[in-house]
Amino acid sequence: MKGAGAGEEYLDSASAVPLHPAARDVLLAALDQGYADPRRLHRAGRTARLLLDNAREATADALGVRPDEVTFTPSGTHAVHLGLLGLVRGSRRGDVVVHSAVEHSAVRHAVAWGARSAVVRCDREGRVDAGDLAEAAATPEVGVVALQVANHEVGTVQPVGELDLPDDVPLFTDACASMGRLPLPDGWAAAAGSAHKWGGPAGVGVLLVRKRARWRNPFPGDDRVDERSTGFENVPAVLAAAAALQAVVAERDEVNARQHALVDVVRRRVAAEVPDVEVVGDPHRRLPHLVTFSCLYVDGEALVTKLDRLGFGIASGSACTASTLTPSHVLEAMGVLTHGNVRLSLGRDTTRTEVDAFCDALPGVVAEIRARVGL
Amino acid sequence: MRAWGSDVDDPVDLELDCREMPCPMPVIELARHLDDVEVGGLLAVVARDPAAAVDVPAWCRMKQQDYVGADTADDGVPRYVVRRLG
Repeated sequence: MKGAGAGEEYLDSASAVPLHPAARDVLLAALDQGYADPRRLHRAGRTARLLLDNAREATADALGVRPDEVTFTPSGTHAVHLGLLGLVRGSRRGDVVVHSAVEHSAVRHAVAWGARSAVVRCDREGRVDAGDLAEAAATPEVGVVALQVANHEVGTVQPVGELDLPDDVPLFTDACASMGRLPLPDGWAAAAGSAHKWGGPAGVGVLLVRKRARWRNPFPGDDRVDERSTGFENVPAVLAAAAALQAVVAERDEVNARQHALVDVVRRRVAAEVPDVEVVGDPHRRLPHLVTFSCLYVDGEALVTKLDRLGFGIASGSACTASTLTPSHVLEAMGVLTHGNVRLSLGRDTTRTEVDAFCDALPGVVAEIRARVGL
Repeated sequence: MRAWGSDVDDPVDLELDCREMPCPMPVIELARHLDDVEVGGLLAVVARDPAAAVDVPAWCRMKQQDYVGADTADDGVPRYVVRRLG
């Protein structure tokens, strides 16, 4: 799809998606109607409360959960922190969190802040073995297991619905990369999503806590409509996020099939047309819209910059593109090449022509960067 | 020199000093100097770059070379050892 920059193909929907058309009118109308405090009993307050309740019901309906299991948070990251640490706080077993080596940094930071970590390895495609997780979960002092629905960097879908955990060890699932795109799996006690990754506005996260889950607020509470939320709700943004989610769920069969096929084209063409390249992640059981590959001898920053100059906006997990100067912990855990890395993620209207234009441009860009170092 | 507890048993034929090089230079140096050792010989790269710990074994897999293992140079900097297979 066309990005905001002149002539740019924006191929980074896994970082953020432009506002879904279905959400725009809802947002604009709600800006005028949903400004008041939803706790107040006056007309404007009741209107805001109605919009908030509508958003909760629409979100619950789109995700197949109960409305009272839905909490809106100020970000997906905050939903992860609340969901995971709330289960840790509610645990009677201990404060060790068993989690995969490829969880999002939001999970890793939450564990580092308020729990103890037990990491379970993944295979070369980034998938964790359900048996390995269950075995680790059965050890003493394990309070919670955390496993993402699908990996945000390489797209590999995890066996969340297949986990056989001890009865008193709840599962937290980070659904930020998949929410709206894939149905929620079964078996979790708490889950998190992020609206700007499905086409809602930024600044809206979704926390889901199952009715029977032992969840205790790990942070200072508040006196809002929803006991799990903190601070004044952004009612217009929440309503727009819910509208976008409904629209994405309604169109996902068609969009997913199209994106899945386009990603197959990228996987095939990149592997065939760029020498010394490693296309990573599971080729089949994956997010529909995302593909990651690494090019030997190529500086990731040079690759991102050069592709941007040609009009392709892509992300990279290479160390030189990160503020920390360490490579992506996901690629590292998978044991795949971390430098020269590209993560390409499609929009809902990305076309075959656009994908082919990227695949046409890539070999020349890689060859040029390699030529600079004489390889 | 061979460090205790190292994966590397045989003497290294050529050691590349990539201590101060950023990613992906250590792997580029490895590729440039592969032919400088005989087939069956050992080539080592010494690098602080944290990506080298992943990228040297990945390079070996992609280029059909043998990743022998890691130890540390005399100054404690990580050293990654490769056996040339072809």
